[in-house]
Amino acid sequence: MKEEHKEGAHGHVEKYKYGMVIDLDKCTGCGACMVACMTENNVPFRKDESDKLVSTAWMRVFKATNGKSYPDIDVCYFPRPCMHCEGDHGHSPCVSVCPAVATDYDFETGIVSQIPTRCFGCRYCMAACPYHARYFNWWDPVWPDKMEKALSPDVSPRMRGVVEKCTFCFHRFQRARDKAYVEGRREIREDEYQTACTQACPADAITFGDLNNHEHEVYKLKKSPYAFRLLERLGTNPKVYYMSTRSWVRREGDNYLKGEKSK
Amino acid sequence: MSAQDEKNKAAASSPIVIVFFVVGLAVSLLVGWSIFPKLLYSQKKQPIDFSHSIHLDAAGDCESCHYFREDGSFSGIPELSNCVECHEEAQGEDPEEIKLIENYIEPNKEIPWLVYSRQPDCVFFSHAAHVNMGELECKTCHGMIGESDHVEIYEENRITGYSRNIWGKSIGGFKSNTWDRMKMDDCAECHDEHGTRQACFVCHK
Repeated sequence: MKEEHKEGAHGHVEKYKYGMVIDLDKCTGCGACMVACMTENNVPFRKDESDKLVSTAWMRVFKATNGKSYPDIDVCYFPRPCMHCEGDHGHSPCVSVCPAVATDYDFETGIVSQIPTRCFGCRYCMAACPYHARYFNWWDPVWPDKMEKALSPDVSPRMRGVVEKCTFCFHRFQRARDKAYVEGRREIREDEYQTACTQACPADAITFGDLNNHEHEVYKLKKSPYAFRLLERLGTNPKVYYMSTRSWVRREGDNYLKGEKSK
Repeated sequence: MSAQDEKNKAAASSPIVIVFFVVGLAVSLLVGWSIFPKLLYSQKKQPIDFSHSIHLDAAGDCESCHYFREDGSFSGIPELSNCVECHEEAQGEDPEEIKLIENYIEPNKEIPWLVYSRQPDCVFFSHAAHVNMGELECKTCHGMIGESDHVEIYEENRITGYSRNIWGKSIGGFKSNTWDRMKMDDCAECHDEHGTRQACFVCHK
């Protein structure tokens, strides 16, 4: 059953709460999600992408190991999009510090927006984000010859001097809603709005949907005893969940003290 | 009162000062209201002088040419294939129709229309949301274009490259109809009245 438009905190109408569940036991670290994201969202790249301090990736795959040597070594890959933190009633770390209101929390979709044309590049949000999900454009994007013609018209390319980040492919939500409107519907079905990374994942590790909707897959998956979120104890209340049956992986999700009990 | 003050008072009310003020004001207004807009906007002619009124009479409604596609997107200005449906061969002797056939239909070339309502790249606008769900009429934003006999001159802002219809014809930004301007303030005004959610992503991409 779908919970109908319940009135959220501060009198905002909560319609959807889009989120993601990433099964780390399925993720092979192939990076297809990163590639799909970059093409979908016109993410700029440079000739030399090796310096990760200045390169941009809305979705980035991080590698973690259990620190043991062969044969006990185990590796896990963490795909990291924007967590779209709800914080305490929409008090996301980045939204609360932005002096330009260039980023806001949408209570109807649960998505943290980023409006590059409003951003003036102070990078306060980047300092506030505990997940390093935000990136600064140090240069204007330069596309290889003729590639400009292949850019997505649904996503506006960003200029030098502004911050950008994952938007959960919000233009896909807009497209899905337009289709629903033309068909006379107001609700969007689960399969109509999926992010590019979700669809690109060959291992089906990423599941996307409405965390409030009982019929959506993510609603069931997030209740798994193996589900956890990154740096949960900071109170960021992220909407991206991770899942792993391996306890050391779940322990990687937060900064636990030695001997402290983890999830 | 000192001698200096009295001298100032005399100077302030002398007719020369008043004349200077009035002439200066008139020159400033003239520059601001009529010369500056002419400098700011370049004038471009549409490729064909299209008559909306003739086509509206023949087609019956706006939706015949400006329709929604199945995927929810809006067709906007029709493609050439739409024109070909009726104009494969000349229906009369209008020079504009002959121009259409000779320059575009025969070589199968899309007409490079200049779009009056083209918004900046960072703007997302959904016709489906406004027309289907909001039940807005076309003229609320586009005005009486359906009744026009000629296309108006397209005025392009030399600095921004945007159409003058976005800022509005009035250089001072005054508007008397809802379709006089297409700025963010005008969107926000209507969204405010109707309680549309105010999140940035509603209109921005």
